[in-house]
Amino acid sequence: MSLSAARPLNPWRWLALPALICIGATMLFAAPLRVFGLQLPEPVFAMVPTFAWAVIRPSVLVPFGVLLLGLFLDSFWGGPTGLWGLSLLAAYATVLLMRNMMSGQSRAMMWAWFAGATGIAMLAGFLFTMLDSLAIPSLVGVLWQFLATVLLFPFADYLVDQFEDADVRFR
Amino acid sequence: MAFRESPLGELKIPLTWTAAVAVVVAGVIAVALLVSDRRETLQEEAYGAARKTVDTVAAPVSGAIAAPGRWTGQGLTWISVYLFTASENRKLRRELDEMRSWRDTAIGLKEQNDRYQALLGLKLNPPIPIVAARVVADSRGPFANARIADTGRSRGVNVGNPVMSERGLVGRVVGVTNSASRVLLLTDIASRTPVMIDRTNARAILTGDGGPNPKLEYLRRDDSVKAGDLVVTSGDGGVLPRGLPVGVAVKDILGNWRVALAADNASIDFVQIIKFVDFSQLADIKALSEAEMPPVTTKDPQATVLRPNAAVQAPQALNSPKVTAIVAPLAPMPRPLPKPVSRRPVTRPAASPLTPVQAVAPPPPPVAATVAAPQLISPATPQFNGRR
Repeated sequence: MSLSAARPLNPWRWLALPALICIGATMLFAAPLRVFGLQLPEPVFAMVPTFAWAVIRPSVLVPFGVLLLGLFLDSFWGGPTGLWGLSLLAAYATVLLMRNMMSGQSRAMMWAWFAGATGIAMLAGFLFTMLDSLAIPSLVGVLWQFLATVLLFPFADYLVDQFEDADVRFR
Repeated sequence: MAFRESPLGELKIPLTWTAAVAVVVAGVIAVALLVSDRRETLQEEAYGAARKTVDTVAAPVSGAIAAPGRWTGQGLTWISVYLFTASENRKLRRELDEMRSWRDTAIGLKEQNDRYQALLGLKLNPPIPIVAARVVADSRGPFANARIADTGRSRGVNVGNPVMSERGLVGRVVGVTNSASRVLLLTDIASRTPVMIDRTNARAILTGDGGPNPKLEYLRRDDSVKAGDLVVTSGDGGVLPRGLPVGVAVKDILGNWRVALAADNASIDFVQIIKFVDFSQLADIKALSEAEMPPVTTKDPQATVLRPNAAVQAPQALNSPKVTAIVAPLAPMPRPLPKPVSRRPVTRPAASPLTPVQAVAPPPPPVAATVAAPQLISPATPQFNGRR
């Protein structure tokens, strides 16, 4: 393989910028607003880069980026420290393992993979919360957050499209 | 030397392996953080510096992010008020007529209440100061329900203060910085609130689970509550004052009792933080555990015995207010002074509440303790046996 094909990705563009956008979106959706008596949904925006980063290419930096995003969610939402870091890492590790199976699949199929990864993150969060608080979280609440997060797949797809072919060694 | 020319230059490790190692390392860090987290204790010490920093930064940023939405909401409210002024005016006039009669009733009841209080010499709790705060962030997920308010320690807010909307209890402060407070909502999975059913006084613990309606747990009898009963704080444990409205009891599809929160019907962008302090909980645990017992000193027995009025002099160790209360009823009942026979006590003091004091004290003085202790203890003992 020639080195001309090995075009390293700029970490700022594919790691830092999506993470910052994700943090901004999380803060935006935490605004105390009610529209027609209903509050805004609260999707886990961090699932978008978590899924996309694993699909784009394996990286040593990404797990720590995912951990930092998770720690931000815990601090900002007021949950137990490490809960979302661990949950997102579980989803990231699963997608990384299944990465070869995902390559070349249709958009609808990738959406299903995204839903699966989101489900793993939510299931991990559910179990860790049970262990941490010794109480069972509301399944309805988990389901709503899952559905709101699954709807974010187009953003993950856009991120994958932007960087998937940037380094042909990982195609 | 270029990297390719080094002896390890051709050593290739699959990037997936290195990424997997990084995942494991990050996972271990996350597990360690999760295990060491003490959020559920809801203590100020458990609210770490990282969380305080995030709150301090997030409060103004979230406030700025939420501002356009807030302005839009205020604009829509202004338009709707403008459009519906006439109908609103008619409705308010009807309410005003109704409220006038209630006002007269309230004035009469207040005067009657004041008279009763004066007759009984009742001392009520002082009014509790309240701080208004604007909510700048609101997390509503299944694993954490909290709000960040833009008021903090600079205005006297402390950890544990209850937080109300205009309709009912919202939660309590679990973290506070100089300019922001984090409010743990009643719906959070870590929230436990002692409540009671207003109709029957039945106690229960309101337990959040991340859903909109927290559960009523530890109800002793199922017939002590029925749908629609008002649920208020019980004040048990001293964390919250008694009687704050929480919501109404409802039954879910599984037959469990839950509470439809009154605060759900209120606006979510403003809250009132009640600077409540339970004076019965103000004991400084640290100071109490560090303080040493006062030394127990006794007078020279010989000096006490030789004086003619020695029997009515209590040892210095028994000069505490509690013992004074015991001595007081005994004062009018002087007994004849027994003659000192020997330096060792002949009789053993009866078992009494003073036993712990005697346990840490040096051996009792021969005459004074032998004589004074039975005199002090025997009539007063019933007062300390729970039969007051």
